[in-house]
Amino acid sequence: MYKGGKIIASLVIFVALLSLPFFYNRGKANKGPEINLNTPAILQLADKQCVEPTEWMRANHMQLLLRWRDEAVRMGKTEYINSQGKSFKISLQTCLNCHSDPALNTSDQFCVSCHNYTAVKPNCWSCHTWPQEAAK
Amino acid sequence: MSLNRRRFFRKAGMITALGLGGTFGITGLLRKVEASEYETPQQGLVAKRWAMVVDMSKFKTQEDYNRVIEACHSVHNVPSLGNPKDEIKWIWNEDYEHAFPSQNNRYMKESVKNYPFIILCNHCENPPCVKACPTEATFQRPDGIVDMDFHRCIGCRFCMAACPYGARSFNFRDPRPFIKEINPDFPTRTLGVVEKCNFCVERLEKGLMPACVEESKGGLIFGDLDDPKSEVRKIVSSQYTIRRKPELGTQPSVYYLVGGGDLV
Repeated sequence: MYKGGKIIASLVIFVALLSLPFFYNRGKANKGPEINLNTPAILQLADKQCVEPTEWMRANHMQLLLRWRDEAVRMGKTEYINSQGKSFKISLQTCLNCHSDPALNTSDQFCVSCHNYTAVKPNCWSCHTWPQEAAK
Repeated sequence: MSLNRRRFFRKAGMITALGLGGTFGITGLLRKVEASEYETPQQGLVAKRWAMVVDMSKFKTQEDYNRVIEACHSVHNVPSLGNPKDEIKWIWNEDYEHAFPSQNNRYMKESVKNYPFIILCNHCENPPCVKACPTEATFQRPDGIVDMDFHRCIGCRFCMAACPYGARSFNFRDPRPFIKEINPDFPTRTLGVVEKCNFCVERLEKGLMPACVEESKGGLIFGDLDDPKSEVRKIVSSQYTIRRKPELGTQPSVYYLVGGGDLV
């Protein structure tokens, strides 16, 4: 190979540089989002379950919210009966009643911190309001 | 291994059946988690056709108008931008000449001509805005209310061009900083969205009358036009009422009672 040594050496350096971040971060666990489940409202609940079981909510809350939106706005059905037969008012305020912590900034709130961590940008808050914002 | 035509079709058929069966299995499993139901709240007010009668004799001072407008605009987070170009209106007033341009006599009584009429979305039976909307953000509910799904509005403003009553406003600016006090129970709007009166659907479902009706001290009468016993129906069928631009065939649901009191 013409100038083979140089090519292979540069390739080795290139691959080493490229994989540097992987080796640098190896073994270090990434700091997860700060999910605050101890808001005053949640601490007061006897049965600490969200609208549906936690595991299901973790996986499907976005579909549930979209469905809530369509049922409430377009069908006028503003009451949600969950899989255990308990009824909830369909509103983002129902979520916020438990999940918003008055002591925290908006950026540290339950849903915002996790969405920031996973780089998800839902535009709910351009129209819907946090109780803190409303109070201002 | 070579396949003849017959064998190929047999295998293809089997694989297709398997695939379809598999999908049904998976979707069936997915459906199982959504065992929940959606219902309309029991305390909500229902009607076949909501309508409003505006008794103009009850609106005498500026205070009567402001009370009604303020009630609506504070409940629905309507911003006050302070200039007519960007203005957002859900309920406002307009003089006779502009509210009823086709029913305008030259030698009309001056007091009537300059009288400010309460104007809001007419919630037409044949709403042109609904037909114009390309995303079905504006839609007609079974109870006659022409409602908006702000989530779907793309801000094309076709509905504003289609509405013959100017009942729709566009958010040319971010409205949030211009709202005096945000009511968290109703969303604000955002830049690039059209909005209008919704006959207080969010209050009706709680069993409450519209905010403007509650504050009007009898000037605005709200009810089911389809029910012969309702007050609106009694007024509309027994007294002389006018509607805005009836010749367009949109069948507005807001009736103006101008014969009552000392207006005419």
